Amino acid sequence: MLEKNENKYLKLFFSTFKLSACTFGGGYVIVPLMKKKFVEELEWIEEEEMLDLIAIAQSSPGAIAVNASIIIGYHFAGVLGALITVLGTVLPPLIIISVISLFYQAFRANLFVNMAMTGMMAGVAAVICDVVISMVKNIVKRKNILSTVTLVGAFIAVYFFKVNIIIIIFVCALIGAVNIYLNEKARKERGF
Amino acid sequence: MIYLELFFSFFQIGLFSIGGGYAAIPLIQHQVVDTHNWLTMTEFADIMTIAEMTPGPIAINSATFVGIQVAGLPGAIVSTIGCVFPSCVIVLTLAYIYYKFKELNMVKGVIAGLHPAVVAMIASAGISLIIMSLYGQRTIPEDLTQINFISLVIFGGTLAFLRKYKVNPIYAILGSGLAGIALYSVF
Repeated sequence: MLEKNENKYLKLFFSTFKLSACTFGGGYVIVPLMKKKFVEELEWIEEEEMLDLIAIAQSSPGAIAVNASIIIGYHFAGVLGALITVLGTVLPPLIIISVISLFYQAFRANLFVNMAMTGMMAGVAAVICDVVISMVKNIVKRKNILSTVTLVGAFIAVYFFKVNIIIIIFVCALIGAVNIYLNEKARKERGF
Repeated sequence: MIYLELFFSFFQIGLFSIGGGYAAIPLIQHQVVDTHNWLTMTEFADIMTIAEMTPGPIAINSATFVGIQVAGLPGAIVSTIGCVFPSCVIVLTLAYIYYKFKELNMVKGVIAGLHPAVVAMIASAGISLIIMSLYGQRTIPEDLTQINFISLVIFGGTLAFLRKYKVNPIYAILGSGLAGIALYSVF
């Protein structure tokens, strides 16, 4: 049993370490990476639950990658698990930036580094595009008009009107709460 | 006590940056450049470039960089801990509530309401990233023909691979880096 637990901690640590080492281009890249690892490869969580986790990570302060790894660690191995996944997420940037800070002028000016980085930026854009297509399909597939309208509305608000994310999270949570309240009320009025 | 100052500066950055990534940049600048003079504006711009070029959250990257510049490796570790500390407390609390009450209809309703918002935000960040990658700037330029063709090819190729063969995104990202070196070396 103990051995199995140690195994779990190690797996959590190395999974998050590897994911974090590859999150080029900002926090959201962690979403497709985690989905691949924890939903498709390890089958530790369901796709729907993954979206819940990202919703919580997104609504909390701090880096999304760190927040998402805290929830995953906590879910599988409690508070200790969360500390382990945070360590796994934080170590790669800590190591990489420590090394780079020693010779960062040379790093920035290096031609091959720039070529690889420009290529990777396009690759990251494709990875995010891929996950967005899948997620939008998933939401539209539910044939729930409210979700689809909220999706479009939230997108317009974020992208075109640069509305503060906190306001959007609050409004969407409220829409969800009111919706559930009305549904329940309607069900009770139907005589049950 | 320089370590305490580093800890509390990055504690504030970690606490107040909701929405991640780019939301943190003005907070970092305020703490690191304006309040404490740990970095000059040029050094700050440099670290933002490096943070974008390297993996990991921008806030953690800058915590490490600033910590090292100001107080060596211990400084980097203290700053990073300060940066993730608020997340640990708040997210652990939320995770506890979520797993304890997720069967409650109200919790389900709120989370379901957040799903479309999450997708919208990822989509918005994704579009900015595509524009950045193809045009080298954050907004769509007036002249759409100024496109970076190599980036366009890598973007299209990677997306096709991901959709069709469901390749691991990590390999897709590393592969596009190699493609960048190969294509820019040839053309």
